[in-house]
Amino acid sequence: MNFVFSKRAKITTLVLMALGVIGIIGGLNSHNPHDHGGQEFWSNLLVCGFYFFAIALGGLFFYALQYAAEVGWSSQLKRVFEGIFHRNIPAFSLVLVIVFIASTLHVNHIYHWMDPGTYSEFVIPATVEGEHSTYTDNAEATGAQVNLGIDKIIKNKRAYLNEGFWWARTLVYLGVFIWFGNWFRKKSIEEDALDGTTLHVKMFKRSAIFLALFAVFSSTLSWDWLMSIDTHWFSTMYGWYVFSGMWVTFMIFATIATLYLRDKGFLPKVNDSHIHDLGKWMFGISMLWSYLGLCQFLLIWYADIGEEVIYYQQRFENYGLPLIVMCIINFVVPFLVLMARDAKRNPVFLRLSGCLILIGHYVDVYLLVMPGTMHGHSHYSWWQPLMFLGFLGLFVYLMLNSFTKAAMVPVNHPFIDESEHHSI
Amino acid sequence: MERKVFHAMYDDDDKLKEAAQLIVDKGIRIKEVFSPFPIHGIDPIIGVKRTRLAICAFMYALTGTSLALLGMWYFMISDWPMNIGGKPNQSLIDNVTSFLPVTFEFSVLCGAHGMSITYLLRNGTVPGMIADNPHPRSTNDRFIMEVTTDENSSMSADDISKIISSTNPEELSEKEY
Repeated sequence: MNFVFSKRAKITTLVLMALGVIGIIGGLNSHNPHDHGGQEFWSNLLVCGFYFFAIALGGLFFYALQYAAEVGWSSQLKRVFEGIFHRNIPAFSLVLVIVFIASTLHVNHIYHWMDPGTYSEFVIPATVEGEHSTYTDNAEATGAQVNLGIDKIIKNKRAYLNEGFWWARTLVYLGVFIWFGNWFRKKSIEEDALDGTTLHVKMFKRSAIFLALFAVFSSTLSWDWLMSIDTHWFSTMYGWYVFSGMWVTFMIFATIATLYLRDKGFLPKVNDSHIHDLGKWMFGISMLWSYLGLCQFLLIWYADIGEEVIYYQQRFENYGLPLIVMCIINFVVPFLVLMARDAKRNPVFLRLSGCLILIGHYVDVYLLVMPGTMHGHSHYSWWQPLMFLGFLGLFVYLMLNSFTKAAMVPVNHPFIDESEHHSI
Repeated sequence: MERKVFHAMYDDDDKLKEAAQLIVDKGIRIKEVFSPFPIHGIDPIIGVKRTRLAICAFMYALTGTSLALLGMWYFMISDWPMNIGGKPNQSLIDNVTSFLPVTFEFSVLCGAHGMSITYLLRNGTVPGMIADNPHPRSTNDRFIMEVTTDENSSMSADDISKIISSTNPEELSEKEY
């Protein structure tokens, strides 16, 4: 049975997207007096783009994990996971690439290590009023003076953080994710018309390869795209922290989508045990996220080294309230609401706490990006939530649209029978 | 009335489950099932009440949290203020971050130990205690169901015996007590 995209869902997602367009227009015309060249708009685009890209990527990761671990219970929900990642990874890769191109062309200054003024040895000052100075490493160049504004730390990181290598990495990550996403989806649909386990075994092997790549890329992509915003600062827990965030947001999205599809009758064999297991993942990965966040904070707080503490100082000084509220939502809410067995089987509890935690993780991504790009000057105004809603609409639209493309429950998955009788 | 206890032995957990369902449907209460491993889905059939072990665990862990914080406060703040990396040392709340790992560990320790001890006591399986399973093979490869006349006073012992026999147990023993 294929999913039928109801008129109501279509209109809702389109209205959300229209709101997003209004938000983007509002963002391009925003008047934050401290905002130079639309920095706040671009940062916000990065926040939204990465947030939804991360949900989709978490989906691909979890999907591969199900294959690599030969999981039975979730095979009923396979198409839900596929729907979440297979159109959204390319779409939100595009959003990220737009931000990255703008950064590389210096339209915005999200990555200030891209500014040649930070790493060049020499400067040729502008002769005409209003023009930019040019930077060079060539001491022989006419008019070259020693660049006093050089940033030794950024210069030392040049071997890793330079535009060429950074772009190469970015394209490799996105290429690998898109290729694997499409491949899994294609083979999964092919399997519907095939008997036997040949394809399943093939996917099992490929998923292990994907997980090995993902283990590296999930860390390095968070260094490249997010941690390098605060170029001077680094943390070895950062990659895991971002990874656990993407995992938990995906689990919530999958839970809410599954509940929606079950209510509409497209997943007739999904029982309370499946919902319970999804709830457990929501609970468990929320705890993982809190644990990694606390570990990162504790080590830095304890050591009290200026170079490290600056990261949290910026956040506590200018974003103290959202930071604390975010921690309460992302840790205390799942801890108290989702601990009990009955709560994990109750759609109302799951939906309510799920939506709250989704918002909490939006604030989390916001706090990963904004303090580094806007420092104390960011101003949360009406167009930012609208942009978020717009991308949410796009995400849900692409997800529901891909549900219509294949049978909602896989036909020949070898574990489908086990999943139907799942009971815990 | 004579007081009897029946022990029906089965060689497969699924057979026992089916038999239990039949017997319960006839209106007989099953007192206990002995098995070498947990039988999936037997709880709702024989009407096992939801365990309260989780509530115990929460209370033990809460005790651990309180004890750890109290201890930290006494050792590191009140009795002998310790300077940890230049952090304020005259107040618990300003310094609580340093104590979190210890508090967490102690909560887990108290929760886990309390839960294990409660479990062993409640089940009567503290090492050294005399086992109360009716047949030693219930710890190996047999599945035993226990039915008593005390719990089924509306039926005669013969009726109960007949109903249990109709499920074809491998062995059915009756004992007076």
